[in-house]
Amino acid sequence: MQQRTPLYECHVAANARIVDFGGWDMPLHYGSQIDEHHAVRRDAGMFDVSHMTVVDLEGAGALPYLQNLLANDVAKLKTPGRALYTCMLNDAGGIIDDLIVYFLGPGRFRAVVNAATRDKDLAWMRQHSAGFDVALTERAELAMIAVQGPTARERAAQVLPEDAREAALAAKPFHALEVGDWLVARTGYTGEDGWEITLPGDAAADAWLRLVEHGVRPCGLGARDTLRLEAGMNLYGTDMDETTSPLESGLDWTVAWEPAERSFIGRAALDAQREHGVPRKFVGLLLEGRGVVRGHQKILFGGHEGEVTSGTFSPTLGRAIGMGRVPAAASGECHIEIRGKKLPAKIVAPPFVRNGKIRIEL
Amino acid sequence: MSELPGDLKYTKDHEWARVEDDGTVKIGITDHAQTALGDLVYIEPPEIGSTVAAGDSCAVVESVKAASDVYSPIGGEITAANELLADAPETVNQDPYGDGWLFAVRPDDNAELDALMDADAYQALLDEEG
Repeated sequence: MQQRTPLYECHVAANARIVDFGGWDMPLHYGSQIDEHHAVRRDAGMFDVSHMTVVDLEGAGALPYLQNLLANDVAKLKTPGRALYTCMLNDAGGIIDDLIVYFLGPGRFRAVVNAATRDKDLAWMRQHSAGFDVALTERAELAMIAVQGPTARERAAQVLPEDAREAALAAKPFHALEVGDWLVARTGYTGEDGWEITLPGDAAADAWLRLVEHGVRPCGLGARDTLRLEAGMNLYGTDMDETTSPLESGLDWTVAWEPAERSFIGRAALDAQREHGVPRKFVGLLLEGRGVVRGHQKILFGGHEGEVTSGTFSPTLGRAIGMGRVPAAASGECHIEIRGKKLPAKIVAPPFVRNGKIRIEL
Repeated sequence: MSELPGDLKYTKDHEWARVEDDGTVKIGITDHAQTALGDLVYIEPPEIGSTVAAGDSCAVVESVKAASDVYSPIGGEITAANELLADAPETVNQDPYGDGWLFAVRPDDNAELDALMDADAYQALLDEEG
C-alpha cells in the first residue's frame, strides 16, 4: 500500500510526475527539475517532506538518553529552539541514520529522521530508551514543508500569523521557533537559506497554496537531490549506511569528541578507528569534461580504486559532480570510469555551491 | 497529446527514423521519450563510421536522473552525429523531431525500415501504455 502525504492532491493538481520513494507517492518534478533547481538557488522553492518521520522525545531523562543515543552532543543545545545535525550509530560505529534534533524546551526534544529508515530507527530508539525517563511519540499526523532559497523566508513569513513574523525572521540558522502548533526552523537540505516548517497535516494544503500565491515554486525530489549534492550534503543509504562510519563519510564534524567522558553508542568503535587510522576517505568529485557522474561508478585514484556514492549533473556548475569513497592513501591523478572509459576528474572539497555561489574552482 | 509526425517510422523503444533525401536515415527519440526522461543534460553520440545492427545500443541520453540507451532502429553505417547536442542537449527536449535528432545511419537494407511502426501504430502503442 503506497503512502501519501497530506499534500498529494496539491501535487497531482499541479501536474507533478509522481514516483515511488520508499513506499511514498512523491513528486519527482512538476515539469522541469532544472528550472526548479534554479528557482531555489535564485529565488524560492518548496518541497513536500512530510514523508519524513518526526519523533518527539519527552521526559526528565530525554537529555541523557539522547546524549547516549547520538554521536553529536545535544548538550550543546543551550537555548530552546536550537537544532543539531547528527548521526545515530550502531555499536560498530556504522551509521543507522542521520537526523536533526531540535531542543524545544527542558525535557522536550524533537528528532526528524529519514522516511526509508523509519522502522529500524524507531525500533533502535525504543530499544535504547530502557533505563531512561523518556517517552517517544511518533508524530505521523504532522506535515513538513521545506521552503528554500534566498527569498524563501520573506515569502514564507507572509503565511505566518502577523504577530509571529518578526520573531520568525529573527531566528538564526539552526534555530527554530514554535508558532502555535507550527515549528518554523531555519534549516534545510539545499545549501540555501530558508525554513523547514512542521505543521499539522490538515493545515498543510492551505499553507502550500498560500506559499504558491506568495511566489514560492513547488519543487520535486529531483531538484532536492541535485541541490543537496551541490551543497555537499550526504544522502542516507546512498553516501553512508550501517557499514560506514561518520569518519569515512565526511561527517567527522558531526561527532562530538568532547567531553571525553561522554559515552555514546559507537564511540568505542570510532575511537579505535581514529587510533588505528580511518581506512577510507570521503571526497568530492568534479568531472573535467563532458559526461554525467553516477553512483557506483569506479573512481581510479593514484593506483587505488574507490566508488562514487552520489553523482549527478550540477545545474549551477553546468558540470558533472559527485561524492565518493576512496582508500585513505589515494592521491594524485583521478579518473572516473564511465561506460568503460576513464574520464579525468578532480578531487574537490564540498560544498560545490552554497548560498547561490560556486564554492569550488572549475 | 501532441500529433505524431506522419512521415516518420517508430520503434517500441520510442525512437523515430526519418529517410533523408540523400538516402541516409536520421534517428531521434520521440516526444513521449523525452518527456519521460525529463531534462536532458548529456548526449553520448555514436562513433561516426562505425557499423551497427538493428537493435544495437549506439548512443546514450542522460537526464539529470538517469542514463538511457538509444537503440538503432536499423542496421548500417553511422554517417553523422548531431554536433549541436554537445553544447545544447536540451534541444532534444525542445525539438525532439527536428533539431534534436541524434545520429544518422546509411542503411544496409531498406526493408528494415518497413518493419518499423507508422505513426498510427506507434500512437496505438502509446495509448496502450497509457
